[in-house]
Amino acid sequence: MKFFTEFGSYLLTLKGMFSKPENGKMYWKEFMHQCSEIGIGALGIVAIISMFMGAVSTLQTAYQLVSPLIPLSTIAQIVRDTVILEFSPTLVCIVLAGVVGSKIASELGNMRVSEQIDALEIMGINTKSYLIMPKILAAIVVIPMLVVISAVLGIIGGRIAGTLTGILSPQAFDKGLHQYFKPYNVFFALAKAYTFAFIIASIPAFYGYNVQGGALEIGRASTRSVVVSCILVLFADYLLSALLL
Amino acid sequence: MIEVKDIKKGFGDKTVIKGVSSVFQTGKCNLIIGTSGSGKTVMMKCLVGLFEPDSGQILYDGRNFSEMNEEQRKELRQSIGMLFQGSALFDSMTVEQNVMFPLDMFTKSTPAEKQKRVDEVLDRVNLKDAHKKFPAEISGGMKKRVGIARAIVLNPKYLFCDEPNSGLDPQTSLLIDQLIKEITVEYNITTVVNTHDMNSVMEIGEHILYMYQGEKEWEGSNKEIIFSKNKLLNDFIFASEFLRDAKDMRMLEMKGKIDNNRNMDELLK
Repeated sequence: MKFFTEFGSYLLTLKGMFSKPENGKMYWKEFMHQCSEIGIGALGIVAIISMFMGAVSTLQTAYQLVSPLIPLSTIAQIVRDTVILEFSPTLVCIVLAGVVGSKIASELGNMRVSEQIDALEIMGINTKSYLIMPKILAAIVVIPMLVVISAVLGIIGGRIAGTLTGILSPQAFDKGLHQYFKPYNVFFALAKAYTFAFIIASIPAFYGYNVQGGALEIGRASTRSVVVSCILVLFADYLLSALLL
Repeated sequence: MIEVKDIKKGFGDKTVIKGVSSVFQTGKCNLIIGTSGSGKTVMMKCLVGLFEPDSGQILYDGRNFSEMNEEQRKELRQSIGMLFQGSALFDSMTVEQNVMFPLDMFTKSTPAEKQKRVDEVLDRVNLKDAHKKFPAEISGGMKKRVGIARAIVLNPKYLFCDEPNSGLDPQTSLLIDQLIKEITVEYNITTVVNTHDMNSVMEIGEHILYMYQGEKEWEGSNKEIIFSKNKLLNDFIFASEFLRDAKDMRMLEMKGKIDNNRNMDELLK
């Protein structure tokens, strides 16, 4: 029962976002601010994770491919597809659910508890629209970009690791990268990225916006939003894989 | 002028406001006082529309707030300023940006005009060197001043202050009270202050509504409060022996039985 109440409340919060902006310029400013917060703020961690993720998957794929009948370039092909199909969209978004999600939930929670949201309401501003909408839109714009950057860096990381350890030459890696490449995989990765971006921004925004109480509740809302976002990302991952692949 | 007609508000089984009626006059400081849990905060939240009353009417210069649609409410809210208990300043903005925010959102003035207006209101609340500071870098009293500046920057017709003196020392409280009073007269606005600070009651309480357990227990002015025989009110206002003595002294003064300008040095000899 609690699930349905919460889900209904989530939908109503989302519905409340759709109204005419009081001042388009201010909404645009807030949107750009959020793009910078989410995009630039998470770029460092995304880059580090992606490089290591690519490197580790090269080493582990090479470790498992022991047959001399399989050409070494296959390692690059497997790394490419794993990174594009799963690692970059899912793993990066799980990390972003923690980094971006907790930030959104605690920011809105703090605004709620310190009456900043009430102050905006009294000024005549639709707070759902002004505070939540730019965050969701910014996430939808920026997170797929981060996923693309992550995929590129993951492949570069794999190439560097393969070369440094002597598992395969850069030429063999590059050859593998071009083998049996399906552009549809990129579409699939982006479809996942857009879906996850919506989850990563809207769930923490909902929990943060509806915080009641004090500092303790902000922490709880933040943790809960990250847990729920991660579960939903994994669930959506499965659903999209079943539907689109 | 704000008229409140028989408003009721409850949460679940508990009725917090039990049919309160009053009139808050323009150009006056109207105080809502009462013990913690008496319903004054809920009452104020009903007045500004953060809570929807279960029944009754709230009339802003004759316009029924409950019957307004979302657009009309938005419009009315632009003529409402509110000072919150914790000031509710936006953490990520400087003092200047906080005050400029309503102007950015609701006016089409040029940047120079907006800056001029911000400087004007910050000067008005005696804040001259804090423009570029963040809320975390200023004192509680300064935060309240910024809150007042932000509340009046759009020339509101109605000003609401929720416990403006909480967390402030008596001297700063007095300054904030005087500022609220001056602004009320200067801008000719309807000011409603929610407080349990006795200094405020005596200093700026031109119209006082005393609430007890969700009901209106007493209504009057700071002059009438001295002579009130309402036991609940007296127990609340003059809670300590010191305040009861002060009240007796003031009554004697007002009745002319002791000299207003008595020489305390003489008396202490």
